[in-house]
Amino acid sequence: MAGQEVHMRVWRGDANGGEFKDYRLTAGEGMVVLDIIHAIQATQANDLAVRWNCKAGKCGSCSAEVNGKPRLMCMTRMNTFEPGETITVAPIKTFPIIRDLVTDVSFNYEKAKSVPAFKPKPKEADGTRRMFQEDIDRVQEFHKCIECFLCQDVCHVIRDHEENKQAFAGPRLFVRLAALEMHPLDTNDRMDFIKQKAGLGLCNITKCCTEVCPEHIHITDNAIIPLKERVVDRYYDPVARLFRLFKTGTKDQ
Amino acid sequence: MADEKYETHEYDVMVIGAGGAGLRAAIEASAQGVRTALVCKSLLGKAHTVMAEGGIAAAMGNVYPEDNWTVHFRDTMRGGKLLNNWRMAQIHAQEAPDRVLELEEWGALFDRTKEGLILQRDFGGHRYARLAHVGDRTGLEMIRILQQHAVHKGIDVYMECNIQRLLTDGERVSGAFGYWRESGKFILFKTKAVVLATGGGGKAWKVTSNSWEYTGDGVTMAMDLGADLMDMEFIQFHPTGMVWPPSVRGILVTEGVRGDGGTLKNTKDERFMFNYIPDFFKAETADTEKEADAWYEDKRSNRRTPDLLPRDEVARAINSEVKAGRGTEHGGVYLDIASRRPAEYITRRLPSMYHQFKELADVDITKEAMEVGPTCHYCMGGVRVDADSTATTVPGLFAAGEVAAGLHGANRLGGNSLSDLLVFGRRAGLYAAQYVKSFKGNVSLNNDQVEKYGRELLAPFDGKGGENPYTLHQELQDCMQNLVGIIRVESELKQALEVIARLKQRLRSVSVEGHRQYNTGWHLALDLHSLLSFAEAATVAAIERKESRGGHTREDYPNPDPKFAKVNVVIRKNQDGLSVTQEPLPEIPGELKKLLEEQK
Repeated sequence: MAGQEVHMRVWRGDANGGEFKDYRLTAGEGMVVLDIIHAIQATQANDLAVRWNCKAGKCGSCSAEVNGKPRLMCMTRMNTFEPGETITVAPIKTFPIIRDLVTDVSFNYEKAKSVPAFKPKPKEADGTRRMFQEDIDRVQEFHKCIECFLCQDVCHVIRDHEENKQAFAGPRLFVRLAALEMHPLDTNDRMDFIKQKAGLGLCNITKCCTEVCPEHIHITDNAIIPLKERVVDRYYDPVARLFRLFKTGTKDQ
Repeated sequence: MADEKYETHEYDVMVIGAGGAGLRAAIEASAQGVRTALVCKSLLGKAHTVMAEGGIAAAMGNVYPEDNWTVHFRDTMRGGKLLNNWRMAQIHAQEAPDRVLELEEWGALFDRTKEGLILQRDFGGHRYARLAHVGDRTGLEMIRILQQHAVHKGIDVYMECNIQRLLTDGERVSGAFGYWRESGKFILFKTKAVVLATGGGGKAWKVTSNSWEYTGDGVTMAMDLGADLMDMEFIQFHPTGMVWPPSVRGILVTEGVRGDGGTLKNTKDERFMFNYIPDFFKAETADTEKEADAWYEDKRSNRRTPDLLPRDEVARAINSEVKAGRGTEHGGVYLDIASRRPAEYITRRLPSMYHQFKELADVDITKEAMEVGPTCHYCMGGVRVDADSTATTVPGLFAAGEVAAGLHGANRLGGNSLSDLLVFGRRAGLYAAQYVKSFKGNVSLNNDQVEKYGRELLAPFDGKGGENPYTLHQELQDCMQNLVGIIRVESELKQALEVIARLKQRLRSVSVEGHRQYNTGWHLALDLHSLLSFAEAATVAAIERKESRGGHTREDYPNPDPKFAKVNVVIRKNQDGLSVTQEPLPEIPGELKKLLEEQK
């Protein structure tokens, strides 16, 4: 696509409304969508609002919907489109618009504040922390998350239902919770939080989040489903409930 | 401006910048019980620390028990061509292991040794495998753990808030002034202490690994307030940035590729680094391919591969190979791990490099060599600080991380940045809190000063059809790339100063379209102020140092000069512009000096 004229339609506007605007320009060798957005900024629309930082798929800032698909603009090569194809770039839909391609993602930061913190068990007798690679492999997968919030964007529980936002933390936070729950050193109990406040039950495992994850984290299979199993074991397994009843003389909440 | 109301906040310690150093400083200040704010230009967790790949250098001795702080100290000083502040290098080497273990207490999961301890990897200039790491995404792990820890400690965070000016009551720092990116509205902080953790100014160069945030804000604000700058001539060009396609030129390729067995080759298939071993490192560097390859497995009986010489040496070597016509058609050299390590090993150790080349360059690094070349990466110089406390020469102003000078001398070793952020970030928070506690009295804000800054920040909206900020930035990047690059010469440096002066003049008539809400053109117009100041200071310092050392190579003075081995170049701003002086390095105590003189 190098040296080719490209036709971009970029959403411009703010909380009060907006529309797609057309831009035509020439794409250079190897360019990604973010390069084109930067070129529009430099030559045609100095005030075009966009977030970006690393331009290498590591910081998760430049999330947008490119031809309707949640993508990192820095990792979307222009040569993946058909020659002559019009490319639309819109802000991620699940969060309120600030301006142009920039949205208010504070929802995710607010939810993160409410997660019960990491609480490590005591150190080994020799003062070290011994963990084996096989014990942390699955948690390291979750730590790959770059917080691009594309999984949050695509999740239909909140994408089309503003009213669910209060009681639902979303896939990003489920990955975080799974990382904490499966951390070999952690001792905190987050089961109530996961069931009540994070609203894990609202997820009906359609795997949309997994499909859009640029880090290829198996969000549904490795994070959400194991968390659901833990919730079931705790709250709905009749044998376990009886066992706890005799052991502690109290009922589950 | 006079009729604009702006919000005002009051704190004891305000930390500007939320990469590794800023986060660690804020955590420490808050733990000391002082009211702390953390302010950052991007969303939390997006600062450049997130891009660090290879690891955190710390002599924990998990892989080589004979490693300890004295070896790390020696490696750091020699890597910096002995121009480092010895005390900072000592503190850094001594405290880094504790800072890494602390991250583990906060939830970090580093790759493990077979015994279940933190695994450490090889990197340039380090005698032993020393870098605690998580594959090739160590910075992500570090920033996320610090971010989560800070959030759980309830520290007030101001995201997408761009601080443009520091305020003073005449004697000491008293506040800061800037704007919210989202609304464009002004915000004023009254504070007893400020910790600068703003990073460097690498966005002044064209081929750079740095993001838009690296505009030299901290250096400029400190200099404008009267603080000393030091070592500004030393710019690190990381030897391995991507070179093709053009749109990704400059994006970092981790030194971990060479740490894990990759080697540099020219188009004649020669491992050319063997031809570039300087006398300074001869005794500790392998001179045959056999010894170099054996070193990966056995460091006791073999010397280090020249592929892992300090970054300044490797960057210059690549530059020479390309100039001699042995580079690729895109102006780089080859970095080959495909023929040297199994595919499974490469994707496990270097997953994000694999991903990056596959997605951005259509190159499978398990099958083909990468094409790489130098990219502007790091500023060794910056604000001059006290080694123990990170205090600058302005009372109440502290600086940690890339914005501060001293630890790395003329050249930084890979892996020493993340450890720097942790060690001196913590110290900055600690000593800023102590300063606040011992400071009796109050600071005041000068309203006239604030009004004046407000008018300055809005000036780009005044005119119509003036200079385009993007054009000015491009011209500055071309200037620095071509005239203040890896190899420098007096005539070009002077030419660069003229270009910078003209750009400063043109910046006065810069104009932006639209309104103040998330206006990226306006943001760049304001950042150009600090970019130009940073570029000017770096160029002035480069003219002053008439020798070649570390990240400063002069074609007209190609050798190190013993006279310059004893001095730092110091820059101060006064009414006539920048003053530049040479000031003696602090004397190294006898027992530490002995460590440096040991062979191998």
